[in-house]
Amino acid sequence: MRNILKRTVLAATLAAALMGTAPVTQAATNEQFIPLPTYRVGPYASSGIPWWAGVIDYLRYINEVEGGVDGVKLVWKECETEWSTDRIVECYERYKKGYNGAPTAFFFTHSTPASYALMDKGVADRIPLVDPAGGRTESTDGSVFPYAFPLLLNYYSQASVGINYIAQKEGGFEKLKGKKIVTVFHDSAYGRETQAPMELLAKKYGFENIQIPVADPGNEQSAQWRQVRQIKPDWVFLRTWGVSTPVGIKTAARFGIPVDRLIGDVWAGSEADVLPAGAAAKGYQALAPFPGGADFEIHRRLRKFILDAGKSDLKDPKFFGSVYYNIGLINAAMAVEALRTGHRKFGNRPLNGEEGGWAFEHLDISDARLKEIGFFGLLQKLKLSCNEHEGGGAARVQQWDGKKWVLVTDWVQADRKALRPLIDAKAAAYAREKNIKPRDCS
Amino acid sequence: MSSQSQPLSPSFSRPFEHALLEVAARPFPWGPGALLVVAFGLLPWLADDYWLNAILIPFLVLSLAGLGLNLLTGYTGQTSVGSAGFMAVGAFATYAFLLRVPALPLPLALLAGGAIAAGAGFVFGIPSKRIKGFYLMVTTLAAQFFLEWVFTKFPWFYNHASSGTISAPRLEVFGHDISGPGGRYVLTLSVVALLTWIAHNLVRGQVGRNWTAIRDMDTAAAVIGIEVDRYKRLAFAVSSFYLGIAGALWTFAYLGTASASSFDINRSFQILFIIIIGGMGSIAGNFIGAAFISLLPLFLSQAGQALLGSSVDPGQIQNLQKIIFGALIIAFLIKEPEGLARMLRRFAARLAVWPLRF
Repeated sequence: MRNILKRTVLAATLAAALMGTAPVTQAATNEQFIPLPTYRVGPYASSGIPWWAGVIDYLRYINEVEGGVDGVKLVWKECETEWSTDRIVECYERYKKGYNGAPTAFFFTHSTPASYALMDKGVADRIPLVDPAGGRTESTDGSVFPYAFPLLLNYYSQASVGINYIAQKEGGFEKLKGKKIVTVFHDSAYGRETQAPMELLAKKYGFENIQIPVADPGNEQSAQWRQVRQIKPDWVFLRTWGVSTPVGIKTAARFGIPVDRLIGDVWAGSEADVLPAGAAAKGYQALAPFPGGADFEIHRRLRKFILDAGKSDLKDPKFFGSVYYNIGLINAAMAVEALRTGHRKFGNRPLNGEEGGWAFEHLDISDARLKEIGFFGLLQKLKLSCNEHEGGGAARVQQWDGKKWVLVTDWVQADRKALRPLIDAKAAAYAREKNIKPRDCS
Repeated sequence: MSSQSQPLSPSFSRPFEHALLEVAARPFPWGPGALLVVAFGLLPWLADDYWLNAILIPFLVLSLAGLGLNLLTGYTGQTSVGSAGFMAVGAFATYAFLLRVPALPLPLALLAGGAIAAGAGFVFGIPSKRIKGFYLMVTTLAAQFFLEWVFTKFPWFYNHASSGTISAPRLEVFGHDISGPGGRYVLTLSVVALLTWIAHNLVRGQVGRNWTAIRDMDTAAAVIGIEVDRYKRLAFAVSSFYLGIAGALWTFAYLGTASASSFDINRSFQILFIIIIGGMGSIAGNFIGAAFISLLPLFLSQAGQALLGSSVDPGQIQNLQKIIFGALIIAFLIKEPEGLARMLRRFAARLAVWPLRF
């Protein structure tokens, strides 16, 4: 009698444990699984909400209007991560083997720290890790990093596009000589990433390279901008993130630095970065591998089939066409195109991680194809190969007119030839450290 | 009790030093023993990658970190919010040893990393001589920010990597490659089991009793002849040793990489919550608290998806989970301010006399 409660508790625990381990099996279907590590809550929710709305709207459009990717339906599951690395790793582990028989072909990390953390696991599990306009720069070298894809525009290329745009404005590379270019950066791994390429480019073109750090989170930047003021720079490259961007723009205005001389980096160039800065941001320019705007062909299609049909994931339609929404669209489109590439080789069926890796490596999106899928002008043309995992290396430049982003250039290409030796050296160092034998990519 | 039946000599003829000393034979710790057998023998075979990589390893590492902070805060009464800073020292120091002294095997590198962290803890523990309570907490806050800054500012610590990120160069113990999930799990479990055993003995010995005396009233402790300053600094050093090893394991056995921002103030708070919820001054409390902090959100997230599925907006489910989590913490703290460990002990005591009530 005395032990009845004890036994009940024990039995209940055992039962719960057994139920937890009971395998859930379902017949494999003709479905491709896509894990989505989201951040709809937490400090970055304001960018995460439109971002995943963009991804999901495009996937829904593919499923419902085009009947899937070559007939293969897409299914997805979200895991909320609040952009914390350990939760993203948990999400990866949860879904790397797929879901209900639908395999996982790739994993978008959406976070540079997570890309780093998953680097070895991706190779071991043969799951391609995709991190557009982020990730580990040297993983551009696919011979050392077979399963990592810093697609579109890695950090080195971001610095180079910035400098090339400045040269364009100045009227040629020879005019860069003797110019003062200040980089105000968020003092973190992300912010420091462009120091090496900037140094290289400064040597090449003869401009003065001045780096000024802003400590996280960057709520107060008077000291930094006073210093910038004393330097009297010709251009300021703003590599901030989160709250440090609007504060930077406002403080620059307070110290009398003309806003049209500020060039923001990719992650300092969304509506969330300029709206809080108010009037001070009018004329601010930013690199845009993911341009803002709702007038591209794909937006017309989505408006017709998804938004007006009430199927959009977007709660507030005012974010339709915002930079973060478009990031979601572009990422989803690249994933879908990679699946198509894989289908051509492996047949129209769901792909596993290894096949997904092959598909991303052979991704080739031409201008004609971009026009077909409605992304011309929104996404740059991409061509990847075995040892070239970036694929694009260009960005457009957009300018804030006080109400919306206006694209002021076509695609500005990074000087990838000049940067490649730096990347190769870093990749070789990594291979030595980890004892990796690079693949033969010839 | 000892089963020795030799009658005690009634005479006092023998000198006191030669008095028969009876040591109570400790019963074999069946509970922890069984846990260890399951954890070492069964789990590496039964659990899949997801369980090992995403649940068991971080749970064990966080438990170890909680244990480290508990030695300082729960046993010695010195509040600290710099735990993550000391974890960073351990992680970066272990990395430096692995990278720059290739001959050093992994266990020794871990030990050396822990020792460096202990040194850092000792230095930041010096102010505890003069300041107490809240003010001491502020100095540990300074330690947290200072250490985070050091590991961002000086590229030597991360071998001049472009992103300030370190990653495990090699994971092998005596020639065995342990970079797979099973290997990393066994490594973590061995380290955690060993250090828990040491901590368990430490707090029940002379040092632990001195710490407890200081926690309960440091003036009284000084009066009975305990070197209060020395033992406070010792607590800082030992606590940081544990935290340093936890930081190294977090980096090398769990995530595979880390940068200074992996050990930010939020991590410190997470560890503080572990010991507050699990139970201050309790060894088992760290494990219970770590389970609560790290596993409950995952459980809620899975349960939320299973129960509500796609009918509700995923953002809302997540917010709902936060509300449930917060409410549970408040409820636990009201119901049992001394932590879950104490609550479980009371529950067990109740079970033992059931159905009688007390």
